[in-house]
Amino acid sequence: MKDVRDALMVAYTSDGKTVRRPLSPHLQIYAPQITSILSIMNRVTGIALSVGTLLLVWWLVAAASGPGAFATVQGFVASPVGLFVLFGWTASLFFHFFNGIRHLAWDAGFGFDLPQTYASGWAVVIATAVSSVLVWAVGLWLL
Amino acid sequence: MREDISINVRRSQLGRARGVGAGHSGVGHWRTERITSIALVPLTLWFIYAMLHLVGASQPGVAAWVSNPINATLLLVLIAITFQHMHLGLQVICEDYVANKWQMALMILGAKAASLVLGLLASIAVLKLALT
Repeated sequence: MKDVRDALMVAYTSDGKTVRRPLSPHLQIYAPQITSILSIMNRVTGIALSVGTLLLVWWLVAAASGPGAFATVQGFVASPVGLFVLFGWTASLFFHFFNGIRHLAWDAGFGFDLPQTYASGWAVVIATAVSSVLVWAVGLWLL
Repeated sequence: MREDISINVRRSQLGRARGVGAGHSGVGHWRTERITSIALVPLTLWFIYAMLHLVGASQPGVAAWVSNPINATLLLVLIAITFQHMHLGLQVICEDYVANKWQMALMILGAKAASLVLGLLASIAVLKLALT
């Protein structure tokens, strides 16, 4: 017994044999569902956006520092890695935005039925994809 | 519903009010997270519009845009509310997934410190662009 919590896992069968109590299934046992996937994606995109604020802060500080520093940021953003990061940032922002509105609707007591939850989930996925592509299309057209 | 079943909570109303629930902090965190997220809905839409407006802009172009008091004010509000929402969200993630309570406390403090410093840095950059 390595952990005191193991003591809580010991049990006896009706014929007196000592057994380990069954654990609830681990996460990878469960089939992926739109509800659970979008739930964790809200946190994943929240963390991604937290890290992404570094890019926003860098961009603002560089703009305040002068043309040289600003050119360095613009150079990073225009690089393949920068474009990938920025697109991920855009998609994360739209996902967290739309799913956040979904959460606010739940908090207000709307949309709790399972069919509605599934429909709003797919609506978030589609809205995220369409908005991300649309904003990038407009952005590249303006460039 | 069976009427003969009752749950006897051995706690006074005052004790319940003082204890402010299992987290001992009441609804303040939850409520602030919601209020900041509502505020971020229009601010995010404005931010996306602003970023599209600034696509390909030069440093003097960005500086001129931020020197508009409305843009500077909205940027400062966006920065303040974003970092407040961010540290509240990161706090919940730490509370849910970090088992060791000392490690959890350190990570929450780290998230709050990073939010404060990054928010101040971004705000000072905006103020410098707006006021010079």
